[in-house]
Amino acid sequence: MKKTYGLIAAFDSTPALYHACEQVRDAGFKQWDALTPFPVHGLDAAMGIKRSKVPRISICGGIAGFTTGMTFIWWANSFEYPLVVGGKPYFSPMFAFPVSYELTILFTAFATIIGMFVVNGLPMHYHPVQKAPQFVRALDDRFFIVIEANDPKFNATETRALLARIGGQDIAELEE
Amino acid sequence: MAAHASDHPAPAILAEVKPAVIRRAELVEHHRDFKWITDKICGIVEGTTPAWWWWCFSVAAFVASFTVAGLIYLVSTGVGVWGHSNPVNWAWDIVNFVFWIGIGHAGTLISAILCLLRQKWRTSINRAAEAMTIFAVVCAAIFPVFHVGRIWFATWPGYLFPAPNANGIWQNFRSPLEWDVFAVSTYGTVSVLFWYVGLIPDLGTLRDRFTAAGKLWRARIYGFFSMGWRGSNRHWSNYEMAYLILAGISTPLVLSVHTIVSFDFAVSLLPGWHTTIFPPYFVAGAIFSGFGMVLTLMLPLRAIFRLEDLITQYHIDCMCKITLATGTIVGYAYGMEFFIAWYGANPYEGFAFINRAFGHYSWAYWIMITCNVITPQFFWSKWVRENTALVWILSIFVNVGMWFERFVIIVTSLARDFLPSSWGYYSPSIVEVFTFFGTFGVFGVLFLLFIRFVPIMPMSEVKAVIPAADPHGHGPETHPMRTESVPNR
Repeated sequence: MKKTYGLIAAFDSTPALYHACEQVRDAGFKQWDALTPFPVHGLDAAMGIKRSKVPRISICGGIAGFTTGMTFIWWANSFEYPLVVGGKPYFSPMFAFPVSYELTILFTAFATIIGMFVVNGLPMHYHPVQKAPQFVRALDDRFFIVIEANDPKFNATETRALLARIGGQDIAELEE
Repeated sequence: MAAHASDHPAPAILAEVKPAVIRRAELVEHHRDFKWITDKICGIVEGTTPAWWWWCFSVAAFVASFTVAGLIYLVSTGVGVWGHSNPVNWAWDIVNFVFWIGIGHAGTLISAILCLLRQKWRTSINRAAEAMTIFAVVCAAIFPVFHVGRIWFATWPGYLFPAPNANGIWQNFRSPLEWDVFAVSTYGTVSVLFWYVGLIPDLGTLRDRFTAAGKLWRARIYGFFSMGWRGSNRHWSNYEMAYLILAGISTPLVLSVHTIVSFDFAVSLLPGWHTTIFPPYFVAGAIFSGFGMVLTLMLPLRAIFRLEDLITQYHIDCMCKITLATGTIVGYAYGMEFFIAWYGANPYEGFAFINRAFGHYSWAYWIMITCNVITPQFFWSKWVRENTALVWILSIFVNVGMWFERFVIIVTSLARDFLPSSWGYYSPSIVEVFTFFGTFGVFGVLFLLFIRFVPIMPMSEVKAVIPAADPHGHGPETHPMRTESVPNR
């Protein structure tokens, strides 16, 4: 027998989804999600999602980039082969700044994108919700709420009733 | 996350002062819904290849072959096949490099700076403008890479990228040219990353549509690049943060790139180059030329694919006004350069500018002034901005003018420097002309591939700016005023 992944319910408009999310949040669910074709303004608060952790990874990338630039230029022009140009000092943070600045941005960009993928658990080319026939509209014009079966508050009949009460349509069970 | 602005009641004072009602321009006309946007944009990728596409592609590929032929001849023969020689040792190669890299700047302005400034009209032109940035950087990169002649030396021992030469000596990091390598390669890389991140949700949409249509191979290819995106709001939360950070770092990046390009000149001692106005002046010029190119590309796209509901007159107005603003800054910079050349009382500097306007290259100078100073001033007129064909023609003049600006700055200063005994006159060789001409074909080939295989507008972003996307039902339809203004009862 196939295991149940959870329940999916569809919503036709952004306000309907927004208010439904508030109610799922207030019902105390933790393992659940909303699928939307575009980022809905303020939905994070309605779902009770905390601020993203991506910036912490970005700042590490930025610091690493700046340090790499400064260290490498010091090493190349002042340590590995001290280079005399116009009687200027072997190393100064002034002339090393532009390259370090660019590397700060470059490393921040990579850290941000890799961080976003890691935090999101992507790439994930297979996911139970993608098997549902209604999913084709999730990235088009419809909104969905998915409540997972492994949420401690999940109960097949009660959760289905909750989704129906908050306005969910075409409620269906998802297979693992 | 902060609460939505409309959760707060309007201040009481507004009921007394009764501010005038200003309707916001609609960003998607005719009340198009989510489904229409998806079908419109995906339809371009899903439909059969139109005949005009093949014609344009053939022409672009033919033009691109000029660059290929020019570069093969250059590499097999030597850099002598280009027309520059003493005293003009920098000529079309760096002119073309600065021209193309400048064009890219409008794409980043639209995707990053306008994102930070919450200019929602950016959404529908964002994707194509970023694609333009990437392809312009590709065209720009051809010149610095190939100007070394023996291109295998560009990396090892690095004429461009840091690697020690035969004596174990590393690059001189005091040189703006080395800074430029880092600026441009970072710019190209970050532009590609930013563009790709924006593409992920739309590639997911295409994956699902191809799967539903039974086209599994295409679904797999788009699916691979979509990273398994499923529109989860827990993902959107991190995605939007990542997008905001990328916009936040791309803004100082784009400003730094043309600043460092201008350092190539400003850090030297040559009259006409050694000026502190260069960084802001170059950045303004880059955005000006880039918006010229955005208009040149977007207006035909809008007409061919019937995108008038997505690229509205309001969008064209905004683009024209940015062109006008940046073009006027450029015009001001031309005037200020002349003023400082006189006020600074340096005879060499004064001569450089008199020579630009009235010397051997005065024809180029006056083409530059006409195209860059006079052309944008037409955009003050609403009638001109609403005349799409005229806007397109004016945008071509902007492109031409900005190429001549770089030519004037670079060649006139080198051809007439301090000593009359070392003066010269530069003309390009036919190889240079072909190589540059061909880059428009390279750009065209890449851009045509883009409009054929990639959704040309970020659907997820466009959907987010229509009234139906507001989770509180405060679209202009139900609520003629946004929260910033208050009904005039």
